[in-house]
Amino acid sequence: MRSPVPDAARAVELGLTQAEYHRIVDALGREPNEVELACFSLLWSEHCSYKHSKRLLRSLPTEGPALVMGPGENAGVVDVGESLVCAFKVESHNHPSAVEPFQGAATGVGGILRDVFAVGARPVAVLDSLRFGDPRSERSRYLLDQAVAGIGHYGNSIGVPTIGGEVYFEAPYEQNCLVNAMCVGLAPADGLIRSAAAGPGNVLILLGASTGRDGIGGASVLASAELGEDDAAKRPSVQIGDPFEEKKLLECSLELLDRGLLVALQDLGAAGLTSAAAEMASKGGVGLDIHVDRVPLREPDLLPFEIMVSESQERMLCVAAPEDVDDVLSVCGRWETRATVIGEVTSSGHMRVLCDGAVVGDMPVAALVDDCPLYDLAPREPDLALYPAPPRRLHDEDPRAALLALLASENVASRAPLFEQYDCVVQSRTVRRPAQSDAAVLLLAPERAAEALSAGAPLPAIAASIDANGRRVACDPYRGTIEAVLECAANLACAGAEPLGLTNCLNFGNPEKPHIAWQLTESVRGLGDACRALGVPVVGGNVSLYNEGGEGPIYPTPVVGMVGRLPDARFAGRLGFADEDDLVALVGPFRPDLHGSELARLGGAELPRGLPELDVSAVVDALDAVRDSVRAGDLSSAHDVSDGGLAVALAECCLAGGIGASVVVDAAALTGGHDKALVALFGEGPGGVVVSGPPGALDRLAERVTVHRLGAVGGTSLQIEAGGSGLSVGLSELAEAYNALGALFP
Amino acid sequence: MRFGVVRFPGSCDDIDALLAASRVGEAEPLWHAYRDLHGVDAVVVPGGFSYGDYLRAGAVARFAPVMEAVADFARDGGLVLGICNGFQVLCEAGLLPGALLPNAGLRFVCRQVQVEVVNADTPFTRACTVGDRLSIPVKHTTGRYYAPADVLAELRERGQIALRYAPGENPNGALDDIAGVTSEAGNVLGLMPHPEHAVDPLTGSADGLVLFAAMAGALARA
Repeated sequence: MRSPVPDAARAVELGLTQAEYHRIVDALGREPNEVELACFSLLWSEHCSYKHSKRLLRSLPTEGPALVMGPGENAGVVDVGESLVCAFKVESHNHPSAVEPFQGAATGVGGILRDVFAVGARPVAVLDSLRFGDPRSERSRYLLDQAVAGIGHYGNSIGVPTIGGEVYFEAPYEQNCLVNAMCVGLAPADGLIRSAAAGPGNVLILLGASTGRDGIGGASVLASAELGEDDAAKRPSVQIGDPFEEKKLLECSLELLDRGLLVALQDLGAAGLTSAAAEMASKGGVGLDIHVDRVPLREPDLLPFEIMVSESQERMLCVAAPEDVDDVLSVCGRWETRATVIGEVTSSGHMRVLCDGAVVGDMPVAALVDDCPLYDLAPREPDLALYPAPPRRLHDEDPRAALLALLASENVASRAPLFEQYDCVVQSRTVRRPAQSDAAVLLLAPERAAEALSAGAPLPAIAASIDANGRRVACDPYRGTIEAVLECAANLACAGAEPLGLTNCLNFGNPEKPHIAWQLTESVRGLGDACRALGVPVVGGNVSLYNEGGEGPIYPTPVVGMVGRLPDARFAGRLGFADEDDLVALVGPFRPDLHGSELARLGGAELPRGLPELDVSAVVDALDAVRDSVRAGDLSSAHDVSDGGLAVALAECCLAGGIGASVVVDAAALTGGHDKALVALFGEGPGGVVVSGPPGALDRLAERVTVHRLGAVGGTSLQIEAGGSGLSVGLSELAEAYNALGALFP
Repeated sequence: MRFGVVRFPGSCDDIDALLAASRVGEAEPLWHAYRDLHGVDAVVVPGGFSYGDYLRAGAVARFAPVMEAVADFARDGGLVLGICNGFQVLCEAGLLPGALLPNAGLRFVCRQVQVEVVNADTPFTRACTVGDRLSIPVKHTTGRYYAPADVLAELRERGQIALRYAPGENPNGALDDIAGVTSEAGNVLGLMPHPEHAVDPLTGSADGLVLFAAMAGALARA
């Protein structure tokens, strides 16, 4: 192993700037040694320090009535009632997945699970948001296949259901795929733990796997730089996941918390021990002494700096009082989880690294965590289009052909071939599985289900959804981001849930470029405005920058995840039509527009610059009305209009319910006089929900919100009349088109 | 009536099995390191990934101390239900014939399937009628049932094939559409579908509850 003499040049190699290096020298009052430079280079990386996004993120609303713990902890937490709280967070693992998709995706799941049980919550669900290039390319199929298998491998093996997600295929993700994973956990309201180390004299215990050379420099080398051609050489920077080790670590950590044996708990993620220890010390305003020679190793000759920065998975760091150490070790022994005392809390305010008694690193915690320079972005709206028009694949303007092409499009077709690779039922909470409702619905207390049902008592539940639409954000970063938030809220509303909090993962290109800075700035502005309109706090999130390869940046992709509450799971919404003769209606201030739509993509249209104006508060009001109607048990189905527009939404309702429908769409009324069937049928935009139910239910909805009555449920085909043209497609033909992704998973 | 649900490191559906069993009786976990079964009346070996299943599904778990007690209990005629990983463990332990191989599709598959009752004369299926269809989810990577031709012939002859996937529903390429088999004496049942995840219409189906109820009923009669 090369042991470079640290200097400014070495700092630049590690991803710092010359100026940052000199700032480190100033903070220490001397040149850093190798261990110290390794620690600084990681903690001052974009991935750990958010140095290009922190100032921007401060503009987001972070207060709400249900908020328990906001940004800054391992996961955000909201109150879900029943003396329970819900912790959740979404995080990216994009670059590792682009380099080694199976392990990259698997450890992405492992990492986000640890974030949630680090606050004391038991993970109850995983959701994911994926982006790949054209599925007809060999590389994209490989990335997709392996990433999906990796997510399943980890989530299935550890017994946490994967209950939702989304995936899109667009050329700008060809080299730089996105793998974002969200975890939702539940804890007793009094069972949370923070990560602040406290109590000088208390003991630092490392739990879980041994430490190896895997993932050295992952945060700086992989996560905070653009992808390049020699990325295969970065494979050693990708960690290897072991869900069995994490399952034991999870059960062990929760038992330690349950027994009240821990003062603080923190997971080891990016930048490993360095980041975990520095964060714990910083939050507690204390110092830490870490004896790296006591850290159990996978191979004998790791250098102190390697031990400090290794990203070996399935490890947690905890603080316990000296008198509790024996009990901690005994619980860990029962779970066959390794536990080693590696240091102690001090009052020095310094993180000291010791090896065989000698001090090999000594850094003020404040310098590591707080002194990292924050950069203002220099946003500038680009003069020219950033993204080339997609290839034209649809030449036919016939509505029937368009509907079938849309259903078969990789961005619309059934996700069943993917989500069937995930266990969605373990833990006995899942009331709505993928494709049964727009949002997954989970019981808060499955152990009370039998009794509550026989007593006719309500069964409180939560709903979760994850959403993004990079192409529309590329058209208009501000409105596109608002749309993504509204779509997530619409998914919850269709399930009958009101949103309690939002987490986000901002996937963007290189923020040092003015046009990317502009996308990021506008997107965060939209995120904040949408959250304020909904009254939903941002409880935490993650920023993934530098997502670009040789062919340019990805579409700007803010991914939002929301958790909401339903008073009674028995009335959780479904998306499929159910009852013959139910009426079908389109609800809400939906104004379809083909610009930026999936149909426009298939037609090879350029991305428009800007999306139509939208009335956010009208959409919010419509979602409130739909939610109340679902909760009251009035509606048989509710499904928001999304990719592919109204006709695709209607087809999805038919397919999910296994029953047809016959509708007449007043194209002129829907498009504001723009009497074109294609716009009405396939135009997109926020604020539209397709519902079905008895006439009385629609009458009640119409008292609160715009209701376009369209027709009735029944038959074995979908028949649509719009603007003088009509189409009729049998259920089996719809299903055949919709199953297009099956071919990717032979 | 007390069910014991074995808990190996890496078991995932143990809590679910406890919840399901507690709908028809009492239920308690049995830690893998136990040397006896704490006097339970029936044993469930649950789903999950015992010891990570990095070697061959169930191959490590069969050596857990508690499995010796489970084997003795089975030999004495005690009711043992192995679900998914539990089925794999029981096959590895020699308490059930045959083996579970990687799915024909080589991928994990989670899907609600229709399971047909083939033999209604077992302590697990006695509340059913031959030909009944139960809607129960499967979720596994290693669920393709296999037994050599001569063993298979014996299984058919002795009525040890208790459950089959309904025509067109076989999710893993199992031989003869086999979803569940019993021991020769009939007191041990292993199946790949998860009846503990089909005990309530709210979460999809209540069809799996009949297996637990039948076990409780069989013991009440005994």
